[in-house]
Amino acid sequence: MLRVRSVDASYGRVQALRGVSLHVDAGEIVTLIGANGAGKSTTLAVISGLIRAQVGDIQFDGRDVTNRPPHRLVRAGICQVPEGRQVFGDLTVADNLLLGAYSRWRRGGRSEVMADIERQFERFPQLDERRGQLAGSLSGGEQQMLALARGLLSRPRLLMLDEPSLGLAPIIARQFLDEVQRSRDEGLTVLLVEQNARAALRIADRGYVLETGRIVLEGTAQELLDNPEVQRAYLGKGYREVWE
Amino acid sequence: MAAVREVPPDNDVHDEVLAATQRRRAQKVQIAAFFLFVALVPLAVHNRYYLHILIVVGLNLILATGLNLLMGYAGQVSLGHAAFYGIGAYVSGILTATYGCNPWAALLAALAVTSLVAWLVGKPTLRLRGHYLAMATLGVGIIVVVVIRQTTGLTGGAAGLTEIPSMTLFGRELQSNMDMHYFYFVWAWVCLLTVLFANLVESRPGRALRALHDSELAAQTLGVDTAAFKVRALVISAAYASIAGTLYAHSSMRFLSPTPFGFHTSIALLVMVVLGGQGTLWGPALGAVTITAIQEALRPYADYDIVVYGLLLVVMMIVMPGGLSRALGALYGRLRERVARHRAGDVAR
Repeated sequence: MLRVRSVDASYGRVQALRGVSLHVDAGEIVTLIGANGAGKSTTLAVISGLIRAQVGDIQFDGRDVTNRPPHRLVRAGICQVPEGRQVFGDLTVADNLLLGAYSRWRRGGRSEVMADIERQFERFPQLDERRGQLAGSLSGGEQQMLALARGLLSRPRLLMLDEPSLGLAPIIARQFLDEVQRSRDEGLTVLLVEQNARAALRIADRGYVLETGRIVLEGTAQELLDNPEVQRAYLGKGYREVWE
Repeated sequence: MAAVREVPPDNDVHDEVLAATQRRRAQKVQIAAFFLFVALVPLAVHNRYYLHILIVVGLNLILATGLNLLMGYAGQVSLGHAAFYGIGAYVSGILTATYGCNPWAALLAALAVTSLVAWLVGKPTLRLRGHYLAMATLGVGIIVVVVIRQTTGLTGGAAGLTEIPSMTLFGRELQSNMDMHYFYFVWAWVCLLTVLFANLVESRPGRALRALHDSELAAQTLGVDTAAFKVRALVISAAYASIAGTLYAHSSMRFLSPTPFGFHTSIALLVMVVLGGQGTLWGPALGAVTITAIQEALRPYADYDIVVYGLLLVVMMIVMPGGLSRALGALYGRLRERVARHRAGDVAR
């Protein structure tokens, strides 16, 4: 579904990605793990058109989408839930969701969008209770749920999540990832960036390990969980995960 | 006076899910009440000087509303908004006075020219993040005044452009010595442009603007073409200024000089928006009334009013950064709460 081939990207003079190649097949959860500054978020930003790829190409559904502007990529079916949630704090929960459907407001027709919004409210009852509240007044977990619901409202075929568990209590993070898994079971394809490697690999089908802008390892989630290098560097072998 | 009648409630059931619907209905009532009040003003005010001031308030309100769209919603600052006002005024003035054009055709021509200039300024600068637009509009503000002063043959230069004909309405001239007619004419425009503004900011493009103001990145990831929206906001904002300019050109003075379109006015407009409260419906109105009153009160001291604006800006930032309208709203809420608590206390006793 998504194929990224030897992409380079940089911020000014600092090169952030060096020949990154990866692919995501339909119906998979693929995770990118790695340390701070390894290039995980940059990879997502390049795919969603926020940062230019200097070299390499990106294909989505067999079509070349390299360096397309972000709004066209959203219409093509790629949606990113940005890091740190970035809900619109001064707008109500309902307005946030309406903005999620921004790209298909004209084409899909209002009533379909409204029905979709109601469906998200059914799925996330906490949001339903707060639909008229300002999004800035929600808790971190609720904001992350809102960001997910908002992203889903663009009806993406590929959803990219950037560090969704950041700043969430472990139990909330777990609930969130369960929701992601549920979306996958309903047919969504997910590319998940996480620092919490164990949590990400628990729900993922496959994964890639990024180190200083390069992909150093790839495999099924189980292979990565069993890999001694991964265990040492990212899973903290010998330490039981606090929230499991 | 074309006061807005309250629109029957939407029977679109889906709209009911939106908290915005309630707010919109409240706004419609507020708008209707406000303009009804304005329509009654000339019954009480016969003094021509006061009517003239109220026309100026109307023009400033249009300007501030336009600037509010840019500042309060798109999150961009224009330091040369008076230039768009000036372009609107001069294009209208020159076309009608020198070339005998119909004032309405001139209004449209002025709109086109102003929008084009705004687009040319915004297109390259709004692709960049940061406050490049502020710099660019500052430059445009200076250039426009210099051009007006220097192209004497066309604009009359510093001596001014005279004998601008009156506005016409349904084939009749709006006698400019009858300020009451022109008062209604200007305020009908204010009403129309306020309703347009209120509808715009509560619609899909309005949501997109507020979104990009809030988090540009998130807006982009949801498919909002942020650069294009900022340019559109600037163009609409300039179009508002252009209409105010045309109305100014045909007002009772029927005379244009470069002075009112300089940096001084740009700053006054900025202060109106900040003082009233950016990103609110009634902020620009509060700001326009307050600043116009200050301008008139300080008229004997000429340019010293800019000192007052500076002080006002500083004090506002410290005391009520959300602007007058939000501060008043908060005060009202607190009063109501106190009254409610008082009543509850009475009952308990």
